[in-house]
Amino acid sequence: MKIAVIKYNSGNVQSVLYALERLGADAVLTDDPDQIRAADKVIFPGQGEASTAMKYLKARNLDTLIKELKQPFLGVCLGLQLLCEHSEENDTECLGVFPVKVKKFIPENSQEFKVPHVGWNELENLADNPLLKDLPENPFVYYVHSFYAELAPETIASTHYIHDFSAMLHRDNYYAIQAHPEKSGLVGEKLLANFLSL
Amino acid sequence: MLTKRIIPCLDIKDGRTVKGVNFVELRDAGDPVELAKIYSDEGADELVFLDITATVDKRKTLAELVTKVAKAINIPFTVGGGISTIEDVKVLLNAGADKISINSAAVHNPQIINEMAAEFGSQCIVVAIDTRSVDGIDFVHTHGGRKATLLRTQAWAQEVCDRGAGEILLTSMDHDGTKAGFSNEILAEISSMLSIPVIASGGAGNMAHFKDVFTFGKADAALAASIFHFKEIPIPSLKSYLDREGISIRK
Repeated sequence: MKIAVIKYNSGNVQSVLYALERLGADAVLTDDPDQIRAADKVIFPGQGEASTAMKYLKARNLDTLIKELKQPFLGVCLGLQLLCEHSEENDTECLGVFPVKVKKFIPENSQEFKVPHVGWNELENLADNPLLKDLPENPFVYYVHSFYAELAPETIASTHYIHDFSAMLHRDNYYAIQAHPEKSGLVGEKLLANFLSL
Repeated sequence: MLTKRIIPCLDIKDGRTVKGVNFVELRDAGDPVELAKIYSDEGADELVFLDITATVDKRKTLAELVTKVAKAINIPFTVGGGISTIEDVKVLLNAGADKISINSAAVHNPQIINEMAAEFGSQCIVVAIDTRSVDGIDFVHTHGGRKATLLRTQAWAQEVCDRGAGEILLTSMDHDGTKAGFSNEILAEISSMLSIPVIASGGAGNMAHFKDVFTFGKADAALAASIFHFKEIPIPSLKSYLDREGISIRK
Protein backbone atom coordinates (compact mmCIF):
# COMPACT_ATOMS: atom_id res chain seq x y z
CA MET A 1 0.00 0.00 0.00
CA LYS A 2 1.35 3.40 -1.04
CA ILE A 3 0.58 6.55 0.95
CA ALA A 4 1.10 9.96 -0.62
CA VAL A 5 1.63 12.85 1.78
CA ILE A 6 0.96 16.06 -0.11
CA LYS A 7 3.97 18.32 -0.11
CA TYR A 8 3.28 22.02 0.07
CA ASN A 9 4.59 24.94 2.07
CA SER A 10 2.91 23.76 5.22
CA GLY A 11 5.57 23.73 7.88
CA ASN A 12 6.70 20.62 9.61
CA VAL A 13 5.37 17.47 7.91
CA GLN A 14 8.28 15.39 9.11
CA SER A 15 6.43 14.15 12.17
CA VAL A 16 3.55 12.90 10.01
CA LEU A 17 6.05 10.88 7.97
CA TYR A 18 7.67 9.50 11.13
CA ALA A 19 4.26 8.51 12.52
CA LEU A 20 3.44 6.64 9.31
CA GLU A 21 6.87 5.01 9.44
CA ARG A 22 6.16 3.80 13.00
CA LEU A 23 2.98 2.17 11.66
CA GLY A 24 5.01 0.44 8.96
CA ALA A 25 3.35 2.39 6.13
CA ASP A 26 5.11 3.11 2.86
CA ALA A 27 4.73 6.89 2.67
CA VAL A 28 6.16 9.40 0.25
CA LEU A 29 6.13 13.20 0.48
CA THR A 30 5.18 14.50 -2.96
CA ASP A 31 3.53 17.26 -4.98
CA ASP A 32 3.62 15.22 -8.19
CA PRO A 33 0.01 14.85 -9.46
CA ASP A 34 0.60 11.40 -10.98
CA GLN A 35 2.13 10.06 -7.80
CA ILE A 36 -0.74 11.49 -5.73
CA ARG A 37 -3.36 10.05 -8.11
CA ALA A 38 -1.70 6.64 -8.06
CA ALA A 39 -1.47 6.41 -4.24
CA ASP A 40 -3.80 4.10 -2.32
CA LYS A 41 -4.35 6.77 0.29
CA VAL A 42 -3.57 10.46 0.51
CA ILE A 43 -2.72 12.54 3.57
CA PHE A 44 -2.97 16.33 3.47
CA PRO A 45 -1.08 17.64 6.49
CA GLY A 46 -0.59 21.22 7.42
CA GLN A 47 0.38 23.96 9.68
CA GLY A 48 0.60 27.54 8.59
CA GLU A 49 -1.62 30.18 7.14
CA ALA A 50 -4.68 29.47 4.95
CA SER A 51 -4.36 32.03 2.13
CA THR A 52 -0.66 31.29 1.53
CA ALA A 53 -1.38 27.57 1.48
CA MET A 54 -4.31 28.00 -0.97
CA LYS A 55 -2.17 30.15 -3.29
CA TYR A 56 0.52 27.48 -3.29
CA LEU A 57 -1.99 24.71 -4.05
CA LYS A 58 -3.63 26.72 -6.86
CA ALA A 59 -0.30 27.61 -8.47
CA ARG A 60 0.34 23.87 -8.86
CA ASN A 61 -3.27 22.91 -9.73
CA LEU A 62 -3.30 20.78 -6.62
CA ASP A 63 -6.63 22.37 -5.65
CA THR A 64 -8.39 20.75 -8.63
CA LEU A 65 -6.53 17.49 -8.17
CA ILE A 66 -7.50 17.16 -4.49
CA LYS A 67 -11.20 17.52 -5.34
CA GLU A 68 -11.01 14.81 -8.02
CA LEU A 69 -9.39 12.14 -5.88
CA LYS A 70 -11.37 8.98 -5.18
CA GLN A 71 -9.13 7.15 -2.69
CA PRO A 72 -9.39 7.69 1.11
CA PHE A 73 -8.11 11.18 1.85
CA LEU A 74 -7.18 12.59 5.26
CA GLY A 75 -6.77 16.30 5.99
CA VAL A 76 -4.90 17.15 9.19
CA CYS A 77 -5.01 20.47 11.08
CA LEU A 78 -4.76 23.21 8.42
CA GLY A 79 -5.58 20.36 6.01
CA LEU A 80 -9.03 20.12 7.60
CA GLN A 81 -9.58 23.87 7.32
CA LEU A 82 -8.51 23.99 3.67
CA LEU A 83 -11.01 21.23 2.83
CA CYS A 84 -13.79 23.50 4.11
CA GLU A 85 -15.59 26.17 2.11
CA HIS A 86 -14.17 29.38 3.50
CA SER A 87 -11.79 30.46 6.24
CA GLU A 88 -11.85 33.70 8.19
CA GLU A 89 -8.05 33.54 8.17
CA ASN A 90 -7.31 36.32 5.67
CA ASP A 91 -10.79 35.81 4.18
CA THR A 92 -9.75 32.76 2.17
CA GLU A 93 -11.86 30.74 -0.26
CA CYS A 94 -10.90 27.14 0.41
CA LEU A 95 -11.44 23.84 -1.43
CA GLY A 96 -15.11 23.39 -0.52
CA VAL A 97 -15.06 19.62 -0.07
CA PHE A 98 -16.96 20.17 3.18
CA PRO A 99 -19.72 22.84 3.05
CA VAL A 100 -18.44 24.22 6.34
CA LYS A 101 -17.08 27.58 7.43
CA VAL A 102 -13.84 28.10 9.36
CA LYS A 103 -13.89 30.82 12.01
CA LYS A 104 -11.49 32.40 14.45
CA PHE A 105 -11.71 31.59 18.14
CA ILE A 106 -12.89 34.69 19.98
CA PRO A 107 -12.37 34.25 23.71
CA GLU A 108 -15.23 35.61 25.82
CA ASN A 109 -12.83 35.86 28.68
CA SER A 110 -9.12 35.99 27.91
CA GLN A 111 -8.20 34.88 31.43
CA GLU A 112 -9.99 31.60 30.98
CA PHE A 113 -9.56 30.96 27.27
CA LYS A 114 -6.33 31.63 25.45
CA VAL A 115 -5.90 31.62 21.71
CA PRO A 116 -4.38 29.56 20.15
CA HIS A 117 -6.04 26.51 21.63
CA VAL A 118 -2.89 24.60 22.60
CA GLY A 119 -2.74 21.25 24.35
CA TRP A 120 -4.68 18.06 24.92
CA ASN A 121 -8.45 18.11 24.64
CA GLU A 122 -11.17 15.49 24.29
CA LEU A 123 -12.94 14.14 21.23
CA GLU A 124 -16.64 14.00 22.07
CA ASN A 125 -19.86 12.87 20.43
CA LEU A 126 -18.02 10.26 18.38
CA ALA A 127 -20.05 9.02 15.41
CA ASP A 128 -20.15 5.39 14.37
CA ASN A 129 -17.41 5.75 11.80
CA PRO A 130 -14.58 3.42 10.71
CA LEU A 131 -12.02 6.16 11.44
CA LEU A 132 -13.12 6.15 15.08
CA LYS A 133 -13.10 2.39 15.53
CA ASP A 134 -11.88 0.99 18.89
CA LEU A 135 -11.03 4.34 20.45
CA PRO A 136 -11.41 4.83 24.20
CA GLU A 137 -14.33 6.94 25.39
CA ASN A 138 -13.69 10.69 24.99
CA PRO A 139 -10.07 10.18 23.91
CA PHE A 140 -7.53 12.99 24.22
CA VAL A 141 -5.78 14.47 21.19
CA TYR A 142 -3.22 17.26 20.82
CA TYR A 143 -4.33 20.59 19.39
CA VAL A 144 -2.56 23.76 18.20
CA HIS A 145 -4.88 26.12 16.30
CA SER A 146 -6.54 29.53 16.31
CA PHE A 147 -9.27 28.80 13.75
CA TYR A 148 -11.94 26.10 13.91
CA ALA A 149 -14.54 24.48 11.65
CA GLU A 150 -18.15 24.95 12.72
CA LEU A 151 -20.33 21.99 13.60
CA ALA A 152 -21.99 20.48 10.52
CA PRO A 153 -23.81 17.34 9.36
CA GLU A 154 -20.34 16.10 8.28
CA THR A 155 -19.01 16.36 11.86
CA ILE A 156 -18.06 12.91 13.19
CA ALA A 157 -16.49 14.13 16.46
CA SER A 158 -16.58 17.42 18.31
CA THR A 159 -14.34 19.11 20.86
CA HIS A 160 -15.27 21.80 23.33
CA TYR A 161 -13.13 24.91 23.58
CA ILE A 162 -15.00 28.15 24.25
CA HIS A 163 -17.80 26.31 22.36
CA ASP A 164 -18.17 23.03 20.45
CA PHE A 165 -16.41 22.80 17.09
CA SER A 166 -15.80 20.12 14.44
CA ALA A 167 -12.90 18.00 15.67
CA MET A 168 -13.33 15.62 12.75
CA LEU A 169 -15.27 15.67 9.49
CA HIS A 170 -16.22 13.01 6.97
CA ARG A 171 -17.86 13.06 3.58
CA ASP A 172 -17.49 10.35 0.90
CA ASN A 173 -13.77 9.50 0.66
CA TYR A 174 -12.70 12.67 2.52
CA TYR A 175 -11.83 12.55 6.21
CA ALA A 176 -10.31 15.33 8.28
CA ILE A 177 -9.06 15.95 11.78
CA GLN A 178 -8.24 19.29 13.41
CA ALA A 179 -5.86 17.85 16.04
CA HIS A 180 -2.44 16.38 15.29
CA PRO A 181 -2.81 12.57 15.30
CA GLU A 182 0.95 12.26 14.73
CA LYS A 183 1.48 13.95 18.12
CA SER A 184 -1.48 12.46 19.98
CA GLY A 185 0.12 9.43 21.59
CA LEU A 186 -1.63 6.07 21.32
CA VAL A 187 -4.98 7.64 20.39
CA GLY A 188 -3.41 9.41 17.43
CA GLU A 189 -1.65 6.27 16.39
CA LYS A 190 -4.97 4.38 16.43
CA LEU A 191 -6.65 7.09 14.34
CA LEU A 192 -3.90 6.88 11.73
CA ALA A 193 -4.00 3.08 11.80
CA ASN A 194 -7.79 3.22 11.28
CA PHE A 195 -7.26 5.51 8.30
CA LEU A 196 -4.65 3.17 6.84
CA SER A 197 -7.06 0.24 7.10
CA LEU A 198 -10.02 2.03 5.45
CA MET B 1 -12.05 20.21 28.27
CA LEU B 2 -8.54 21.51 27.59
CA THR B 3 -6.21 19.91 30.11
CA LYS B 4 -3.25 21.24 32.08
CA ARG B 5 0.04 19.90 30.76
CA ILE B 6 2.81 18.13 32.69
CA ILE B 7 6.20 18.60 31.03
CA PRO B 8 9.42 16.84 32.07
CA CYS B 9 12.57 18.72 31.05
CA LEU B 10 15.72 16.90 29.96
CA ASP B 11 19.10 18.63 30.02
CA ILE B 12 21.22 17.58 27.06
CA LYS B 13 24.97 17.88 26.62
CA ASP B 14 26.69 16.56 23.49
CA GLY B 15 23.59 14.52 22.68
CA ARG B 16 23.35 12.86 26.10
CA THR B 17 21.15 13.49 29.11
CA VAL B 18 22.99 15.10 31.99
CA LYS B 19 22.04 15.39 35.66
CA GLY B 20 21.32 12.08 37.18
CA VAL B 21 18.31 10.07 36.27
CA ASN B 22 17.02 7.29 38.40
CA PHE B 23 14.93 4.84 36.46
CA VAL B 24 15.53 1.19 37.13
CA GLU B 25 14.10 0.27 33.75
CA LEU B 26 16.64 2.43 31.88
CA ARG B 27 19.40 0.51 30.19
CA ASP B 28 21.39 3.67 29.57
CA ALA B 29 20.64 6.59 31.87
CA GLY B 30 22.28 8.99 29.44
CA ASP B 31 20.20 8.12 26.40
CA PRO B 32 17.67 10.92 25.85
CA VAL B 33 15.61 8.86 23.41
CA GLU B 34 15.10 6.05 25.88
CA LEU B 35 14.19 8.49 28.64
CA ALA B 36 11.84 10.40 26.34
CA LYS B 37 10.07 7.18 25.46
CA ILE B 38 9.58 6.27 29.12
CA TYR B 39 8.14 9.71 29.94
CA SER B 40 5.87 9.54 26.93
CA ASP B 41 4.62 6.06 27.93
CA GLU B 42 4.06 7.28 31.50
CA GLY B 43 1.72 10.02 30.32
CA ALA B 44 3.90 13.13 30.02
CA ASP B 45 1.95 15.60 27.89
CA GLU B 46 4.98 17.16 26.25
CA LEU B 47 8.75 17.16 26.62
CA VAL B 48 11.38 19.88 26.67
CA PHE B 49 15.00 19.24 25.71
CA LEU B 50 17.38 21.88 26.91
CA ASP B 51 20.74 21.76 25.17
CA ILE B 52 23.60 22.98 27.30
CA THR B 53 26.31 22.10 24.80
CA ALA B 54 28.72 24.97 24.46
CA THR B 55 30.39 24.48 21.08
CA VAL B 56 28.91 25.08 17.67
CA ASP B 57 30.01 21.90 15.94
CA LYS B 58 28.68 19.79 18.78
CA ARG B 59 25.28 21.29 17.99
CA LYS B 60 25.05 19.08 14.93
CA THR B 61 24.66 16.27 17.43
CA LEU B 62 21.56 18.07 18.69
CA ALA B 63 19.83 17.98 15.28
CA GLU B 64 20.64 14.29 14.99
CA LEU B 65 19.22 13.70 18.45
CA VAL B 66 16.05 15.64 17.57
CA THR B 67 15.51 13.34 14.59
CA LYS B 68 15.94 10.25 16.76
CA VAL B 69 13.47 11.59 19.32
CA ALA B 70 10.94 12.58 16.63
CA LYS B 71 11.11 9.10 15.14
CA ALA B 72 10.64 7.42 18.51
CA ILE B 73 7.95 9.41 20.32
CA ASN B 74 4.44 10.56 19.44
CA ILE B 75 3.94 13.50 21.77
CA PRO B 76 5.02 17.10 21.13
CA PHE B 77 8.46 18.27 22.16
CA THR B 78 10.32 21.57 22.40
CA VAL B 79 14.04 22.09 21.92
CA GLY B 80 15.88 24.99 23.55
CA GLY B 81 19.35 26.17 24.47
CA GLY B 82 21.61 28.45 22.49
CA ILE B 83 19.16 29.05 19.63
CA SER B 84 19.65 32.50 18.16
CA THR B 85 19.10 32.54 14.39
CA ILE B 86 16.40 31.68 11.85
CA GLU B 87 18.80 29.06 10.51
CA ASP B 88 19.11 27.39 13.95
CA VAL B 89 15.33 27.13 14.11
CA LYS B 90 15.01 25.80 10.57
CA VAL B 91 17.52 23.02 11.23
CA LEU B 92 15.76 21.88 14.41
CA LEU B 93 12.21 22.05 13.00
CA ASN B 94 13.28 20.17 9.89
CA ALA B 95 14.88 17.58 12.12
CA GLY B 96 11.46 17.01 13.67
CA ALA B 97 11.13 19.34 16.68
CA ASP B 98 7.59 20.66 17.19
CA LYS B 99 8.63 23.88 18.91
CA ILE B 100 11.83 25.69 19.74
CA SER B 101 12.50 27.90 22.71
CA ILE B 102 14.65 31.02 22.74
CA ASN B 103 15.84 32.94 25.75
CA SER B 104 18.93 35.22 25.75
CA ALA B 105 18.77 35.71 21.97
CA ALA B 106 15.34 37.31 22.36
CA VAL B 107 16.58 39.60 25.12
CA HIS B 108 19.53 40.75 23.02
CA ASN B 109 17.52 41.09 19.82
CA PRO B 110 13.75 41.20 20.46
CA GLN B 111 13.03 41.57 16.73
CA ILE B 112 14.11 37.94 16.26
CA ILE B 113 10.80 36.87 17.86
CA ASN B 114 8.83 38.67 15.12
CA GLU B 115 11.06 37.19 12.44
CA MET B 116 10.81 33.64 13.76
CA ALA B 117 7.04 33.88 14.25
CA ALA B 118 6.59 35.21 10.72
CA GLU B 119 8.80 32.53 9.21
CA PHE B 120 7.61 29.46 11.14
CA GLY B 121 4.35 30.46 12.82
CA SER B 122 3.80 31.52 16.42
CA GLN B 123 2.74 27.99 17.40
CA CYS B 124 6.33 26.77 17.35
CA ILE B 125 8.05 29.72 19.04
CA VAL B 126 8.33 29.49 22.81
CA VAL B 127 10.07 32.35 24.59
CA ALA B 128 11.75 31.33 27.83
CA ILE B 129 12.03 34.02 30.48
CA ASP B 130 14.23 33.67 33.58
CA THR B 131 13.05 36.00 36.28
CA ARG B 132 14.44 36.97 39.66
CA SER B 133 13.12 39.39 42.22
CA VAL B 134 15.48 42.23 43.14
CA ASP B 135 14.26 44.30 46.09
CA GLY B 136 10.73 43.23 45.39
CA ILE B 137 10.82 44.04 41.67
CA ASP B 138 10.88 41.27 39.06
CA PHE B 139 13.69 41.57 36.54
CA VAL B 140 14.53 39.39 33.55
CA HIS B 141 17.87 37.58 33.98
CA THR B 142 20.05 35.84 31.41
CA HIS B 143 22.92 33.36 31.56
CA GLY B 144 21.03 30.88 33.67
CA GLY B 145 19.82 33.60 35.99
CA ARG B 146 23.26 34.98 36.80
CA LYS B 147 23.09 38.17 34.79
CA ALA B 148 20.47 40.78 35.55
CA THR B 149 18.94 42.92 32.79
CA LEU B 150 17.01 46.16 33.12
CA LEU B 151 13.89 44.53 31.71
CA ARG B 152 10.93 44.24 34.04
CA THR B 153 9.59 40.69 33.76
CA GLN B 154 5.93 41.64 33.35
CA ALA B 155 6.67 44.21 30.63
CA TRP B 156 8.97 41.80 28.81
CA ALA B 157 6.34 39.03 28.92
CA GLN B 158 3.81 41.40 27.35
CA GLU B 159 6.34 42.44 24.72
CA VAL B 160 7.24 38.89 23.65
CA CYS B 161 3.53 38.07 23.42
CA ASP B 162 2.93 41.15 21.25
CA ARG B 163 5.90 40.21 19.07
CA GLY B 164 4.34 36.85 18.25
CA ALA B 165 5.58 34.27 20.77
CA GLY B 166 3.27 31.26 20.90
CA GLU B 167 3.93 30.38 24.53
CA ILE B 168 5.99 31.66 27.45
CA LEU B 169 8.13 29.43 29.63
CA LEU B 170 8.58 31.35 32.86
CA THR B 171 11.31 30.17 35.24
CA SER B 172 11.63 31.80 38.62
CA MET B 173 15.31 31.72 39.53
CA ASP B 174 14.32 32.45 43.11
CA HIS B 175 12.37 29.19 43.22
CA ASP B 176 14.42 27.00 40.87
CA GLY B 177 16.01 24.12 42.76
CA THR B 178 14.34 25.00 46.07
CA LYS B 179 11.54 22.41 45.83
CA ALA B 180 9.46 24.90 47.81
CA GLY B 181 6.79 25.43 45.15
CA PHE B 182 6.34 27.47 41.97
CA SER B 183 6.30 31.27 41.99
CA ASN B 184 2.53 31.45 41.81
CA GLU B 185 2.19 35.16 42.31
CA ILE B 186 4.08 36.35 39.27
CA LEU B 187 2.80 33.39 37.22
CA ALA B 188 -0.80 34.35 37.95
CA GLU B 189 -0.09 37.97 37.17
CA ILE B 190 1.50 37.17 33.79
CA SER B 191 -0.92 34.43 32.83
CA SER B 192 -3.92 36.70 33.49
CA MET B 193 -2.33 39.49 31.52
CA LEU B 194 -1.49 37.51 28.37
CA SER B 195 -3.55 35.84 25.70
CA ILE B 196 -1.00 33.04 25.19
CA PRO B 197 -0.30 29.97 27.36
CA VAL B 198 2.23 30.18 30.20
CA ILE B 199 4.40 27.23 31.19
CA ALA B 200 5.56 27.41 34.81
CA SER B 201 9.03 26.27 35.78
CA GLY B 202 11.16 26.26 38.90
CA GLY B 203 10.34 25.09 42.38
CA ALA B 204 8.32 21.87 42.02
CA GLY B 205 8.90 19.73 45.12
CA ASN B 206 5.66 17.86 45.78
CA MET B 207 2.35 17.07 44.12
CA ALA B 208 0.46 19.87 45.89
CA HIS B 209 2.82 22.38 44.23
CA PHE B 210 1.41 21.33 40.87
CA LYS B 211 -2.15 21.76 42.06
CA ASP B 212 -1.21 25.21 43.37
CA VAL B 213 0.48 26.33 40.16
CA PHE B 214 -2.58 25.34 38.10
CA THR B 215 -5.01 27.05 40.49
CA PHE B 216 -3.32 29.99 42.23
CA GLY B 217 -0.58 30.31 39.60
CA LYS B 218 -3.09 30.08 36.69
CA ALA B 219 -0.42 28.24 34.67
CA ASP B 220 -1.41 26.34 31.54
CA ALA B 221 1.43 23.84 31.92
CA ALA B 222 4.07 22.97 34.50
CA LEU B 223 7.64 21.91 33.85
CA ALA B 224 10.01 20.09 36.15
CA ALA B 225 13.21 18.08 35.90
CA SER B 226 14.82 16.40 38.89
CA ILE B 227 11.64 15.35 40.71
CA PHE B 228 10.70 13.36 37.62
CA HIS B 229 14.20 12.08 36.87
CA PHE B 230 14.63 10.76 40.40
CA LYS B 231 11.09 9.41 40.50
CA GLU B 232 10.34 11.46 43.58
CA ILE B 233 7.05 12.11 41.84
CA PRO B 234 6.10 9.51 39.24
CA ILE B 235 4.02 11.10 36.47
CA PRO B 236 1.13 8.58 36.72
CA SER B 237 0.75 9.27 40.48
CA LEU B 238 0.92 13.03 39.90
CA LYS B 239 -1.79 12.84 37.26
CA SER B 240 -4.13 10.72 39.40
CA TYR B 241 -3.58 13.12 42.29
CA LEU B 242 -4.40 16.18 40.14
CA ASP B 243 -7.44 14.41 38.72
CA ARG B 244 -8.71 13.67 42.25
CA GLU B 245 -8.11 17.30 43.17
CA GLY B 246 -10.35 18.43 40.33
CA ILE B 247 -7.63 19.67 37.97
CA SER B 248 -8.40 18.90 34.35
CA ILE B 249 -5.75 16.45 33.23
CA ARG B 250 -5.23 14.02 30.33
CA LYS B 251 -5.76 10.45 31.46
